Amino acid sequence: MKVIVTVNGSQIEAEVPDRTLLVHFLRDVANLTATNVGCDTTSCGACTVLLDGKSVKSCTVLAAQADGHEVTTVEGLADGSGAMHPVQRAFQAEHGLQCGFCTPGMVMATVSLLAENPAPTEEEVRSALEGNLCRCTGYHNIVRAVLAAAPAASERRSS
Amino acid sequence: MIPAPFTYKRASSVDEAVDLAARSGDDAKFLAGGHSLLPLMKLRLAVPEVLIDIGRIGELSYVRDDGGQILVGALTSHDELARSSVLASELPLLAHAASQVGDPQVRHRGTIGGSLVHADPAADLPAVVLALDATLVARGPSGTREIAAGDFFQSLFETVLQPGELLTEIRIPKPPNRGWAFQKFTKRAIDWAIVGVAVQGGNVALVNMGQTPVRASGVEQALAGGAGPRDAAAHAAEQTSPPADINADSGYREHLARVLVGRALEEAATRA
Amino acid sequence: MSILGTRVVRTEDPRLLTVGGTYVDDLRVPELTDAARVTFVRSPVAHARITGIDASAAREAPGVVAVLTIQDMDDLVPPPPPEPGSEVPEGAPLPLGGVWSEPLLAAGRVRYVGEPVAMVITSDSYQGEDAAELVSVDYEPLPAVIGIGTALETGTLLFDGAESNVCVTSGEATDDSIFDGCDAVIKQTIVNQRLAPMPMEGRAAAAVFSDGKLTYWVSTQNAQITRFILSGVLGMDPGTIRVIAPDVGGGFGAKVGADRDALLVAWAARKTGQPLRWVETRSENLVGMTHGRAQEQTVTLGGTSDGRILAYRLEVVQDTGAYPRMSGFLPFLTKLMAVGPYDIPHVQTAARTIVTNTTPISAYRGAGRPEATAAVERAVDLFAAAVGMDPGEVRRKNLIAPDKFPYSTPTGAVYDSGDYATALDKVLAGAGYGELRAEQARRRERGDVVQLGLGLASYVEITAADAAGGETSRLMVHGDGTATVYTGSSAHGQGHHTAWAMLVEAELGIPMANVTVIHGDTDLIPEGVGTYASRSLQLGGVAVVKAAQDVKEQARRVAADMLEAAEADLELDTERGAWQVRGDPASSRSWGEVATHAGSDGLVAFVQYIGGAPTFPFGTHLAVVEVDTETGKVRLIRHVTADDAGIVINPVLAEGQRHGGIAQGVAQALLEEMMYDADGNPLTGTLADYAAISAAELPSFELLQSETPTDVNPLGVKGIGEAGTIGATPAVQNAVVDAVRHLGVTHIDMPTTPARVWAAISAARESGEM
Repeated sequence: MKVIVTVNGSQIEAEVPDRTLLVHFLRDVANLTATNVGCDTTSCGACTVLLDGKSVKSCTVLAAQADGHEVTTVEGLADGSGAMHPVQRAFQAEHGLQCGFCTPGMVMATVSLLAENPAPTEEEVRSALEGNLCRCTGYHNIVRAVLAAAPAASERRSS
Repeated sequence: MIPAPFTYKRASSVDEAVDLAARSGDDAKFLAGGHSLLPLMKLRLAVPEVLIDIGRIGELSYVRDDGGQILVGALTSHDELARSSVLASELPLLAHAASQVGDPQVRHRGTIGGSLVHADPAADLPAVVLALDATLVARGPSGTREIAAGDFFQSLFETVLQPGELLTEIRIPKPPNRGWAFQKFTKRAIDWAIVGVAVQGGNVALVNMGQTPVRASGVEQALAGGAGPRDAAAHAAEQTSPPADINADSGYREHLARVLVGRALEEAATRA
Repeated sequence: MSILGTRVVRTEDPRLLTVGGTYVDDLRVPELTDAARVTFVRSPVAHARITGIDASAAREAPGVVAVLTIQDMDDLVPPPPPEPGSEVPEGAPLPLGGVWSEPLLAAGRVRYVGEPVAMVITSDSYQGEDAAELVSVDYEPLPAVIGIGTALETGTLLFDGAESNVCVTSGEATDDSIFDGCDAVIKQTIVNQRLAPMPMEGRAAAAVFSDGKLTYWVSTQNAQITRFILSGVLGMDPGTIRVIAPDVGGGFGAKVGADRDALLVAWAARKTGQPLRWVETRSENLVGMTHGRAQEQTVTLGGTSDGRILAYRLEVVQDTGAYPRMSGFLPFLTKLMAVGPYDIPHVQTAARTIVTNTTPISAYRGAGRPEATAAVERAVDLFAAAVGMDPGEVRRKNLIAPDKFPYSTPTGAVYDSGDYATALDKVLAGAGYGELRAEQARRRERGDVVQLGLGLASYVEITAADAAGGETSRLMVHGDGTATVYTGSSAHGQGHHTAWAMLVEAELGIPMANVTVIHGDTDLIPEGVGTYASRSLQLGGVAVVKAAQDVKEQARRVAADMLEAAEADLELDTERGAWQVRGDPASSRSWGEVATHAGSDGLVAFVQYIGGAPTFPFGTHLAVVEVDTETGKVRLIRHVTADDAGIVINPVLAEGQRHGGIAQGVAQALLEEMMYDADGNPLTGTLADYAAISAAELPSFELLQSETPTDVNPLGVKGIGEAGTIGATPAVQNAVVDAVRHLGVTHIDMPTTPARVWAAISAARESGEM
């Protein structure tokens, strides 16, 4: 079937098999390969993107379900001038990534979390990230990055 | 990790959904948030030939105070339930349980209708609607019918819904006793409950203690007879058939049921 | 002020954060434009003979290019049979081979669920899954050998040419006289359970065979070793093979080289003439990638009534899965590190390695050393309980004193440097141990439902065990003043690009921003060893420093020529990155000018650093847990560590390695286990069941600083990558037992799940009431 998905502000239109997962649409049709597939049981969160502003696991959404909707991936976070989003900056500043494979999903989950809870506690951050697995960092610096990003992310949303 | 091929159809209204299902044969399934169905399809444990996407039927997503009862549209997401101010004041048990389903990404997509129809006894919301004496409304080719929650869940992953019947609404009477509690015992935060307990007043329902959610009738009778929380909780495992799996054997589940029911009743008492 | 030792954020990050890494599945290089997809058909049974494979239906499926089985492998020359007497030396992480040989595609017999049986090649991955379902394989089941007990007792042998399922035996530990004179002797059997390394990126490879040359991209920890393996398997000259490690999404030891599945992709690319790409699913990864740990241990420890340990016996049975890919290497390391940081007069170790119908075992973060530490730390806690002493006191009493280094253990290790008691004291003080014990006592007094448990682990571990293999570095300073480092190390998250650039800046004064680091391409770096065994900084980093020193000396000669001065009168101002005659800043020449003057190649140095030796980082971990004694649920509320890996070059990177290691160590203690049923079916074959740890199960960690240099290498550094894992696991396990010790519990095997903890509490209560 034909689907039209607005990805990072651009309309992507394609004829795809009905069973196409959104994550594969993003990787193979929209050619945005930052979003990764880390599992096959909706467990790991590596594929997390925003669908109409809310975090979803794109491996468990059909491209057909996203037809006519808006998707934001990590590639779409930088502002017009190419400067990193506050969450991206915080992940670098706090060493919240090592191999980088879980990172796009982790960043998008964070953006969604901070949009819904602008000033979370550490416990709330850890709970909100329970669906995003990382094998490298032990989460310690990821949590620091989320907490560090919160004020600037809030400002970015209101600007 | 890829579903077997299927044909995708889309419905923009309940009538259209029922009609498409009637014409698509028994191997058609409704697709709401997809977070019960798609994971099964990706492992090829479910291979429907037709998926009817009902996710855009906006009129099925609502939470309304209808005077003596709360009406919840079947396509209301767990996240919306968790944030609903109506539920916060009238049915905090449902709001809280919805906030514990899966993780934030799952809650953004999964719906109460999808969860109930999927009928996994290890899921949270089936036990909650059982504890709340809910009525489930379904529309099919032969019309609309109302099903008591106690009659809805047949067996593991089986409800009384016929092929082509669409769950549209959950009607929940405002509980006379405001005390509530939800105890979800897991190994990790993201896991399904090893055992769970939903309490609303004197109603006690159990998660993962059988092939369907079950009411702990022994506990309820003891409470009605004036027993305190811990004494009533001693009956928690009566007439249950808890599964044995890698997380717990039946004996441990029975023990957990007793402990968690006791805790839930104590917690509910503080809110009554 | 040197940049070394300062906190520097990673240069790798902007790319990873904004456009994402380029892992094998992300490669969009021209050579792979029309790459077909590989999907494996895998055995669904643990042990069976294959009596037939029918691919006819699969070959007709949409998009199928080819279906390959063992019948198609006639283009490979089987390896020569081993020479008589040429056993794999003990301590070599090599496949045992011989009667225990492992084929590429299953050859008439399958020995574990997930073993590759056939390859389906399709235009796209969706078609691959469809077609793979149509390959029909006939299996004649054989009894499944699952569990160490069964492997030892059963009449079913996995390998026809073998006499039993025991493939390696080492050491003897039968003389009980070492325990004579001990006031107290404890004995305990311990399970160090099977784990899945589970890097977030699974296994993946892509291959193009063209004009007699193979280009091979693979998610690996060492491109050069992979090339060597490929040349043997395919019978090709290494010069005709290019191996590239793109971005790699974690390895943890399970991506050393390339395994049979990945190698098959290269073979199939040659066989079919098609560019191919293979990216496994997580379910495949959990049963197809090697597992870690899987030891059963018996510890016997004896000592005096005032806590002095006199004798320790460690007996290990290593389950190595269906094929001994590492021979007896892992238990060899376990035996080597058996005594940990303790001065124990009498030590006996013995190990057997057995095969079972499960996924093969190989290295996983720590590789043999976590097992050693977990055993002795459990034993020390049991001994402390037996003599009625505080576990911290017993440890302090037996730690090797700081003036004893280098220290030769009875097991044959030579520890280079250490200050074990200081690390222990630091952690006890930093955690407020006294206050924690007081709180524990209060809760016990009150009979609280939620009890507090404290667990210690003092450890020492061996890094760069294969230091003799060395590491390479080529350093070039270009005419524009920038520099390029070609390193044999192979980062997959460790931040080498940042750290190596720091080393160059420190040595030469070329700013980090002007230093490019390249790794993982055998065309650019034909010689190198790779990243595992926590070896990279102490070997690869030192190689960079030595190459920089070589370049410095070359530059001195060139600058002397430029300035018509004596070499002895020249100095390098590392602050400004410039050469000058001492005391005459006006004579200053930039690196670019010097490199230009050196010639069209600039300044180049190549170092193969083989002067290193194994080093022994150490430390202490303290875990604080709460245990709900009515349900058995455990919550880790604090984790305090001092991990000493010598001089710290970049604290940011070192802390990150500690955090990651701790999390995986905690996960073993509390949650993770790869489980099989008695028929060899995996019970934890997806992430819904394999309990990988998330942020919600962990606290933030409390890391204390400790830097005891080594003089084994010029940087004074040891390896930090695995230390966190090694210390964390036993600390948490000990804490859980400690929380319910007053209820009569003496031991709980890992993972200490709620069910296990509850069972231990119940059993102790019942035997207490009897």
